Amino acid sequence: MYEFLNELLGNQILAMLLTAAVPLVFILLFTLFAVWLERKVSAHMQDRLGPMRVGWHGSLQLIADFLKILQKEAPVSLEADKPLYNFAPVLVFAGSFAAFAAIPFSSKLIGSEIELGLFYILAVSSFMVIGILMAGWSSNNKYSLLGAMRSAAQIVSYEIPTALVVLGMIMLTGTLSLTKISEMQTSSFWNWYILGGPGLSLSKFLLIPFMIIGFIIIYISTLAEVNRTPFDIPEAESELVAGYFTEYPGIKYAMFMLTEYANMFAVSAIVSILFFGGYQSPVGYLGNMLGIHWMIPFEQAFWFISKGLFFVFVQIWLRWTLPRLRVDQLMALCWKYLIPYAFLNLIIIGIISLL
Amino acid sequence: MALKTERMVLNMGPQHPSTHGVLRLELEIEGELVTKVTPHIGYLHRCFEKHCEAMMYNQVVPYTDRMDYLASMYNNWGYALAVEKLCGIQVPERVEYIRVIMGELQRIASHAVAVGTFGLDIGAWTPFLYLFRDRERILTLFEMTCGARLLYNYIWVGGLSHDIHPDFVRMTREFLESFKPTVTEVNNLLSYNKIFIERTANIGVLPLDTAINYGCTGPTLRGSGLAYDLRRDDTYSIYNKFDFNVITGQGLQGTLGDTWDRYYVRVQEMLESVKIIEQALDQLPAEGDVQSAIPKRIKPPKGHVYTRVENPRGELGYFIISDGNTNPFRVKVRPPSFVHLEIMDDLTRGHLISDIMAILGSIDIVLGEVDR
Repeated sequence: MYEFLNELLGNQILAMLLTAAVPLVFILLFTLFAVWLERKVSAHMQDRLGPMRVGWHGSLQLIADFLKILQKEAPVSLEADKPLYNFAPVLVFAGSFAAFAAIPFSSKLIGSEIELGLFYILAVSSFMVIGILMAGWSSNNKYSLLGAMRSAAQIVSYEIPTALVVLGMIMLTGTLSLTKISEMQTSSFWNWYILGGPGLSLSKFLLIPFMIIGFIIIYISTLAEVNRTPFDIPEAESELVAGYFTEYPGIKYAMFMLTEYANMFAVSAIVSILFFGGYQSPVGYLGNMLGIHWMIPFEQAFWFISKGLFFVFVQIWLRWTLPRLRVDQLMALCWKYLIPYAFLNLIIIGIISLL
Repeated sequence: MALKTERMVLNMGPQHPSTHGVLRLELEIEGELVTKVTPHIGYLHRCFEKHCEAMMYNQVVPYTDRMDYLASMYNNWGYALAVEKLCGIQVPERVEYIRVIMGELQRIASHAVAVGTFGLDIGAWTPFLYLFRDRERILTLFEMTCGARLLYNYIWVGGLSHDIHPDFVRMTREFLESFKPTVTEVNNLLSYNKIFIERTANIGVLPLDTAINYGCTGPTLRGSGLAYDLRRDDTYSIYNKFDFNVITGQGLQGTLGDTWDRYYVRVQEMLESVKIIEQALDQLPAEGDVQSAIPKRIKPPKGHVYTRVENPRGELGYFIISDGNTNPFRVKVRPPSFVHLEIMDDLTRGHLISDIMAILGSIDIVLGEVDR
């Protein structure tokens, strides 16, 4: 996208700024929509109506909430470590915002088409741990500290099964570029990696069960990485009030929320790129049929966002259905079950891909 | 080199999302491990017992509402029974039936809150709201009867404040029919959920002898396996006319007397209450003045009395001393929640912070009653 804008505008700095602004706008709009969706979905699951007053079915409620939160006074505890306290939400948000730079929304709509996209995303998203620890420590609140410790342990642990599954995919595809992985799964859902990837060889059919296992492992561990129920122990409101952001008011709190929802989409995007064709349409493009080729990137963006939203919806669905695990059970699940199975899966995928 | 470590004192409450009111728990923790729990109470103390001495007998009833505000009907009832025993008042049969119906509806409502908030403490939101939806219907029935949704002042000494609404019987039956599927739904969402069982089974095990030593009653005691229910074992009112089971914990998912058992006893007791209400509605005498036995002026003879009823939370006892005046000389309440709160330290030692919430939720305390 940067090259395209650079050509169009003839100004590098302007093009860079615009390229950076697109994911930011997307995150903001997506968060507004996702919070509204979460409230509506949870409400309808619980025999309630949810927000109904502001706009059609409460669709403008989040804008009202956001305006309210912007105007809030932001008192800082006297005992807090102010520089760290103020910097933590920025760092946490920067981590998840940076991940969006490498996510291909369509073959054209991508912030930066780097070869190491997958590796880059895994790397920058672990940046957040530092911000979370900073937030928990600098607030000088015991609940925040406990929440931050839990969160750090959780995110660091669950990165391992995620990375192992991703490793399997890298072995299979031979690339770290998210665009290339998406391009391999082109033309029909039959070529998606959840169904063994492109082609019609024997290995494709052998791969299917292990791909499904890999998908389940990565979905569970990304759920834990973004601190969603049943793994929301760092911010378990019945135990730790609000976890590491207990002491944050107003816009700083909003930044943590923004990060949470941005991360939800980011991990859903990665799952859909690895296993569900990324921005590729499951059936084919209207643009190809009608011969209007400029339509294809927009269709791709539509498919990509739909897939991402579907997984976000599943996350919301799980949140309002399941109770929460305890911190030791969470670790047991990761180290005793997910990591061994992920290793096994990795080895089997390796053997199959050699066939 | 040994690292110098010290225990952290974490102050949980009185403003905390899951201390069920204004309870303050002083936790001594080592990382996530809890080494000591000290409950601090008194944030809701309103001098109920002292206040009663300045009130006439019938004026005490509204105060009893405010003790266990989730089971106000039962508090009224226990007090009314005590004064009736003191004065030797015999209440009409219709009144007894209506009291049983109200009391059992109240038990369902109270257990619904207990089960729902227990799920909430574990992190499950949805069953809580399903149960609250049904509790609202019970409160509507109460509102139809006496005009209040939470603090009823309904069961008076010698009678009731109002007769039931003509539609009451029909609407109660409708409610009971619609309530049974909710229990199944809660069982599917919560009781047999793998994560829920992992969180509650083998946690906060209360052995039977400890429970008896501490004086635990109600679902907390029955969860440890003893079938002891005042409705059956020390029958009051007309409970001997109804057929119902005393539910006990079986240790189905782990050790006998763990949080899951206490929780599941409450779930099943809701269904037993449904059974009792259905029988009571069938036998309810059609006509009768519910206020015929209410004395004009309550002036019991000198003496004292202790009555106890099976409140949703356990044995609720009233000890009243009369000096022959129109005011009680002394009213002492034995609240189940207060007794149950004492076992917190025993139950929680060696557990994790998250388990504190599960254990506190499973003994189901109401701070209005603890502090009085």
